[in-house]
Amino acid sequence: MAVKTLAGVSIDLNDEGYMTDAGQWTKEVAAAIATEEGIELTDKHYELIDFIRNKVASGDTLTIRGIGKSGVVNAKEFYQLFPGAPLKKATKISGVPKPTSCI
Amino acid sequence: MEKEEKVPLKKILLICSKASIEDVYAALVMGNGAVMEGIETKLFFTFFGLDAITKKTMNKLHTATTGNPGMRMPGGLPFPTMLGGLPGVEAGVSAMMRSQMEKLDIPPTDEFLELITAGGGEIYACKLAMDMFKLTLDDLHEEVKDVITVGDLYEMCDGPGTQIVFT
Repeated sequence: MAVKTLAGVSIDLNDEGYMTDAGQWTKEVAAAIATEEGIELTDKHYELIDFIRNKVASGDTLTIRGIGKSGVVNAKEFYQLFPGAPLKKATKISGVPKPTSCI
Repeated sequence: MEKEEKVPLKKILLICSKASIEDVYAALVMGNGAVMEGIETKLFFTFFGLDAITKKTMNKLHTATTGNPGMRMPGGLPFPTMLGGLPGVEAGVSAMMRSQMEKLDIPPTDEFLELITAGGGEIYACKLAMDMFKLTLDDLHEEVKDVITVGDLYEMCDGPGTQIVFT
C-alpha cells in the first residue's frame, strides 16, 4: 500500500500500482498513470476506459475477448492502444482492480 | 555468495501434438495468456495437434470418453468406460464440454487463434506431420503463419529468457 501524488491529488495504490479507492479516479489521474506506463491517452482510450469502468461496476469479468466484442475496439486495436500487456495496463489506468481472468 | 539475476520470460514456444480439447486448450490458454502479458509467443502444432488448426476439424474437437480416468458423469458420479464406447457418447460429451467452455467466455478454437494473432502471437504447423496427413496450407486456418521444419523452429528459439513447453 502506497500513497502517490498524481495530477495534483494523492492516490492510494496497492503494491502493484493499482488504485484501491475507485472514488479517487479522474480523467487527469488516468492520464498521469498512462504517462507512467508510456501511453498518451486519446479519445479512443477514454471511450474504452469508460467501457471498462462500467463493466467492472456491473460486476462483470474482464477478458480480452469481451473487450474485443465491446463495439469500441477489436482485440487487435486493443493491443495497439495498450501495447505489451493490454488488460493489465488498461485496468490500471481505468482505476479498477487487476483482472483475475486467464483469458 | 553471488547474487543470481532473474531473467524474466521473454519468449515462449508452445508445442501441441494432440487433438483432444484439453490438450489443445492447454496450449491455447497458455499461449493467449503469454500474449496478454506481452511475452513473444509462438505455437507449433504437430501430429494430431494439427486438428486444432485444420479448418475442417478445429471447431469439432473431442475429449476422450474411454481411457480417460478423469471422466465423470454430470454430478460427479463415475463414468463407466463401456458407456464411453457407445456410438455418439464421445461426440455428445465433447459438445457439452465445448458449450460449458463457451459459458466461461472461452472462445472456440478459430476465434482463439485470432485472439492470439491479434496480440502478435504466431501459429505454425509442422511440415513432417503435414506431409504425413497429406495436408496443405490451404487446409489450415488463415491465422497459421507458415509450415515449418524442426530446424526452423529451433532457430526461432534464440535469445535469453526463452522457454519451450510441450503440452
